[in-house]
Amino acid sequence: MTPKDIIQLLDAHCICGEEHLQRNVRNAFAADLMSDVLRVDTSEMLLITGMANLQVIRTAEMSDIPFILFVRGKMVTPEMEALARENDMVVLTCPQSMFKVCGELYKAGLQPIY
Amino acid sequence: MEFNYNLEGGNFSRAGAASSEVKKLLKQLNVSPALIKRIVIALYEAEVNVVAHAYEGVMNVVFDNQTIRVKITDKGPGIPDIGLAMQEGYSTASPKVREMGFGAGMGLPNMKKNCDSLSIESQVGVGTTVTMITHLQ
Repeated sequence: MTPKDIIQLLDAHCICGEEHLQRNVRNAFAADLMSDVLRVDTSEMLLITGMANLQVIRTAEMSDIPFILFVRGKMVTPEMEALARENDMVVLTCPQSMFKVCGELYKAGLQPIY
Repeated sequence: MEFNYNLEGGNFSRAGAASSEVKKLLKQLNVSPALIKRIVIALYEAEVNVVAHAYEGVMNVVFDNQTIRVKITDKGPGIPDIGLAMQEGYSTASPKVREMGFGAGMGLPNMKKNCDSLSIESQVGVGTTVTMITHLQ
């Protein structure tokens, strides 16, 4: 699955990382608690979250997470976008609930990390 | 090589800036991505702890080809019971810190997991010094 597939599947909006929309997304992890994200050993995954602040981008930066999908229509601030661009991340947003998003992506073949 | 970064208590918009700088340095040294991730996650957890709990702090980073040694010294309330603080799930974080997605009582255990050696010294009412050592080879 690619970020482009995710955009089409969820009618998501791309905030940044347009140049990486054809990259392969193998796994996903959904959490609002960044402490949980920091305990995950897997890199190169999609983070699905309803938490929207600068520390989400920082957490992704430290964890080598290149793809972030904000659910529940969360807003991405210019500061968050700038840090995401600096780290070459793909940032997507969609209005659906986290449960719905996880269900749709799982059904479409995106794998959990455990 | 030695670097020092000032950490500001309470300023969440700057939390992680020092760890980010160290990550860039380690990349330049051609350290493996998996090892860089371990090191910077431990640093970031420590940095967030200073921002969340202390008034101010300094992150001192010393590394050569073999080892990275990071000492984070803060002025703050200190940790009355380090054994208790190391227990997963124990937290004294404020509601504000929890709203940011932290403060679940997993920071110190995660720092221990992501470095080769962790030591914590603390004096109540004065501050805390955390030292983490990780071998680069």
